[in-house]
Amino acid sequence: MVTRSPAVNRPRSIGRSVPKKDAAAKVTGAALYVDDLSPEGLLHGATVRSEIPAGRITRIEFDSAFDWSQVTIVDHRDIPGNNCIALIEYDQPALVENEIRHADEPILLLAHPDREKLQQALRAVKVHCEPLEAVLTMERSIACARLVHATDNVQKRFLIQRGDLEAGFARAHKIVEREYRVGHQEHLYIENNGVIARMEADGSLVVEGSLQCPYYVHKALMHLMGLPAEKVRVVQTVTGGGFGGKEEYPSMISAHAALLARKSGRPVKLIYDRMEDIAATTKRHPAIVRHRSGVTEEGELVAQDIDVIMDGGAYVTLSPVVLSRGILHAGGPYRCPNVRITGRAVATNTPPNGAFRGFGAPQTLFAAELHMDHLAESLGMDPLEIRRRNLYRLGDVTPTGQVLRESVSASECLEKAVKVSGYVKRRKALDAANRKALARPAGKGPRKVRGIGLSLVHHGAGFTGSGEVKLASIASLDLSPEGRPRALAASTEIGQGTVTIFSQMIGDALQVSHDLVEVAQPDTLRVPNSGPTVASRTCMVVGGLLSQAAADMRARLLEFDPRGWSDDRSFRKLALRHLKERGALRIDRQYQPPSGIEWNDDTYTGDAYGVFAWACNVIEVEVDLDTGDARPVEVVTANDVGKAIHPRLAEGQIEGGVSQALGWAILEELRWKDGRVWNQQLTNYIIPTSMDCPPMKVIVVENPYSGGPFGAKGVGELPMDGPAPAVVAAVRHATGQWMDEIPISPERLLEKLARLEEALT
Amino acid sequence: MRAALSRLRVVREPNLAMTARALEESAEGPRPLVPMAGGTDLFVYLNAGALPEQDYLDLWHLDELRGVIDTPGGVRIHALETFANLRRDPLVKRRYPALAEASSWVGARQIQNRATIAGNIANGSPAGDSLPVLLALDARIRLVRFSAPRDVGFDTFYTGYRTSVRHPSELIHSILLPWPLPGTRQYFRKVGTRLAQAISKVVIATTITVQKGRVTRARIALGSVAATVVRVPSAEDALLGEKLTPAAASEAARRLRESIHPIDDIRSTAAHRLRVAGRLVELAVADALR
Amino acid sequence: MKIRCRVNGVSREVETPPMVRLLDMLRETLRLTGTKEGCGEGECGACTVLLNGQPVNSCLVPACHAEGASIVTVEGLSKRGKLSPLQEAFLHGGAQCGICTPGMLMAAQALLQENGAPKEAVIREALAGNLCRCTGYVKIVEAVREAAKVTRAAAAAKKPARKKKAAGKEKAGGKQKPAMKKAARKKPATSRGKRARRA
Repeated sequence: MVTRSPAVNRPRSIGRSVPKKDAAAKVTGAALYVDDLSPEGLLHGATVRSEIPAGRITRIEFDSAFDWSQVTIVDHRDIPGNNCIALIEYDQPALVENEIRHADEPILLLAHPDREKLQQALRAVKVHCEPLEAVLTMERSIACARLVHATDNVQKRFLIQRGDLEAGFARAHKIVEREYRVGHQEHLYIENNGVIARMEADGSLVVEGSLQCPYYVHKALMHLMGLPAEKVRVVQTVTGGGFGGKEEYPSMISAHAALLARKSGRPVKLIYDRMEDIAATTKRHPAIVRHRSGVTEEGELVAQDIDVIMDGGAYVTLSPVVLSRGILHAGGPYRCPNVRITGRAVATNTPPNGAFRGFGAPQTLFAAELHMDHLAESLGMDPLEIRRRNLYRLGDVTPTGQVLRESVSASECLEKAVKVSGYVKRRKALDAANRKALARPAGKGPRKVRGIGLSLVHHGAGFTGSGEVKLASIASLDLSPEGRPRALAASTEIGQGTVTIFSQMIGDALQVSHDLVEVAQPDTLRVPNSGPTVASRTCMVVGGLLSQAAADMRARLLEFDPRGWSDDRSFRKLALRHLKERGALRIDRQYQPPSGIEWNDDTYTGDAYGVFAWACNVIEVEVDLDTGDARPVEVVTANDVGKAIHPRLAEGQIEGGVSQALGWAILEELRWKDGRVWNQQLTNYIIPTSMDCPPMKVIVVENPYSGGPFGAKGVGELPMDGPAPAVVAAVRHATGQWMDEIPISPERLLEKLARLEEALT
Repeated sequence: MRAALSRLRVVREPNLAMTARALEESAEGPRPLVPMAGGTDLFVYLNAGALPEQDYLDLWHLDELRGVIDTPGGVRIHALETFANLRRDPLVKRRYPALAEASSWVGARQIQNRATIAGNIANGSPAGDSLPVLLALDARIRLVRFSAPRDVGFDTFYTGYRTSVRHPSELIHSILLPWPLPGTRQYFRKVGTRLAQAISKVVIATTITVQKGRVTRARIALGSVAATVVRVPSAEDALLGEKLTPAAASEAARRLRESIHPIDDIRSTAAHRLRVAGRLVELAVADALR
Repeated sequence: MKIRCRVNGVSREVETPPMVRLLDMLRETLRLTGTKEGCGEGECGACTVLLNGQPVNSCLVPACHAEGASIVTVEGLSKRGKLSPLQEAFLHGGAQCGICTPGMLMAAQALLQENGAPKEAVIREALAGNLCRCTGYVKIVEAVREAAKVTRAAAAAKKPARKKKAAGKEKAGGKQKPAMKKAARKKPATSRGKRARRA
């Protein structure tokens, strides 16, 4: 008898919201995060950091009154390999040797068995410096106020060109030119960065901790410690949020813990407190984006000239790739025959900015969407209408010359969100209500106005261009000793649902339940390099590899015993028999690029992404005219993710991303004082509470992608892209004020409103 | 940079009298004891390593310092009453709705369960949510030491940024809130950094008494606009004897903007605070009109 | 100093310096690491535990204030390996990265103890001291509502059963719980009333 068809056997797991697999341990407190581990003989580590943004170290003073005998002290001379955090470039030192390039840069490391003594030791070190002129803004960097990087302070440049810009502008009925600005954003995962490092007797190094990309850390540690690959082991512990903030930074903190462990010969735990985490780790890149575009009288976009500047901070880190994604999304989801997009990442004496959900796209899409509203206004056209006329449809061509061949849902997302939110009616109704409210004089009670705004965005799925090909990721599936299918992948569960969706995909392909599937803890000793957990690629790319591996495993097991299995029990029986009779069964699958995808890194032309995900956000905002507070009161968000493997988890990603974007748009502002982050606490870096977040209506659109497993395109970053411009559009609708810079702080908004009022009276 | 918590000493006496004596005795010595109630402010400083090493005097177990009592002269709120209690206390809700309202805006539930009214007063932050209410209600603070109690008007309690007339040997025992006059409308509004778990950018409390259509008494108190919570007599005067009209309100707001001098800090700007404070006065007057 | 308290229903005697944080006493001395630290300043609520039934930030409570107190942490929510309705409800999206979950559960538990059918706005206010960066709070609010619903349904299912079986084991078990709950709910109100009358 051959195997029975799974479709007949049991409901498939894909598309069903099964209980989240890692949640059981999280709701009982059993899940162990890095700070919950206390290996024998543990030392606590701490970092001595620069207090100034730029300077040279002249002397380091250790207070002689303090008992240093039990303190392990590490400086750059203790680094056995290269003093750098290996990433794209090798310019960032693990520990400052002489020149300080940003505030809170690591200089010395200390370890002690007692945490309180360690704190005292920190206070007993004094770093004497000779300050240098600090370049703290993008403007000063471009002006080369002082050279921080290379010969022009530019870390990376890009140019995208298509069509004939001059001819485009010549056709334009209106030309609108504006500048948009977005600020830093802190990830604010609730679990701070932390790792534990130890040296094994055989001289190998083990680091376990809160991180997204085990193999990034692995590579960095090999260079730093001068160790071969097999002597470095990186293990991910349960991770309390990442959002990109634990993409590249863990390489730094792991390097520090490793150096302390090596010197002390004991395990060292290095956990940041909130102030250190906010002050020293990466942030979303601030950006200045300038648009000059032309539209015809009918609202057809005919020319876009866009210049993007991002603040890379003191070292290159990931800025080139962030900038790349930024410029690739800078035009917005609109067809335009004549485009020029230039991009620069510039160096400043601030902590390096890094990966953050959306990875450059939220910054440029903010500008693109607002600019679309400005264009509409210049024509007296509704923002909805101008989008309808220009949005990408099947067969359209992007600025890099990519032909959109499949899964194009800009229109579907737009129309669905517009319909569910009742945008058109609501906009008219609010117009009338606001006229009344604005006519009411101050002193007659609270004055509040409401507005509704929308935005349309796209998000390239997976790595840019040839990124996936270069990575050549591998994911594996084997049989555990208990006869369960076991996924071996470096993709990390950071709350988003990796473990659950992998189990669903493998379970369905093998025709067993998702519960039977095990997902191995990411550990570089045991799992292959399936690339980093970034770019919304976990489901689409790694999930795809695992699905293929599962299909292979199914074929192999059927070959072993053609009678197959009918349920989990019979699968395990067969698997155990296979293990006994034939030995281990392990399938490795390596990424193969889908056919017909071409990308040229030199000319920046071709298929930037295999496919795009799409989203439309309609947001209603209430503005308190007495305080300038803008408060989102309702969100309708339609997101095309290709296929929602687990609908509730997909919704959770969207709801979480939207609220993070609302925080960025309204509340979250990094303040600086003398080149250091001033608001280092949760009481002054303000993220939304449950009272600040509005109810949301999430519409999941499923327009499948042929290159993704079950059609999935990824969902992690897309929801971060659209809310901010929709909020600004809503504030404009409510108050008549354009807020071209975010966050729309009450201070800025009320200032604008008051000026207007003063001018009127 | 956390303080070395394991080295900190706590003195705990069985009753109020002995606690007061311990405080008074220590005040003369080299290490005066620092009274500790719910710890919600104290531990923020300790966790940030922002305090010198000092010894603490625990008050939390002293039930003598708990209770909301009505007396002929008004309601006496004892020092350790938490904001969780004050926001739902029937007497407070009925007679001092502004205080109940303010209490509900302190931090969030977890803080309200531990933060006490005396702690708010003693910490003396100009952003303390309950403090403008106490000013607007003409609160009197009873300070005790082992030898003698004394009552101090809250309007003369602070002497500067986080400094007060309380001597290190004195404990805050209770707060007396006089009965509100008939025809008095209380108003409270906190404009914070977000809708909950927030610290104020501007906080206002007012009491406006109207008799026969004219304002006979007005208190306008603000937090987060100066080194201490402040009353603004010039703005109060603008309302006295007037009918409650938008014109009177805007005059009060104008005078208020002239007499306060807020600063730029980590939470907001001087200009914003000035603007918002003025609007809040107008809103308070509009509210009293209703 | 020696602290005597009940932790998750078990009497404990803990030797600890008095000003060490309750959070550290739980995590380090008692090795109950379910309670998390996110900020150390009473903002994020990840360290929320119930102290005498009320949610508090354990990073702001000195160990000496645990003397004689009853403390419930996330480890005390499930009984004999069975998840509570609230924990069960959080399996469906309420917990993402999970670091805020223990504190969130404790704050929600306190709410459900005093209000068996909270409206959305009430839930949002009760959880405002617990920051979550993953969920946008939507699935968390849903989970609390769901847990309330399940608990109400379970209570309703028990009632007629109790009436039927006038005596027996079930009665004792069934009756005790609501009675205790009622007392817990009323306690603050009555004591406050008394104080007011005393004067």
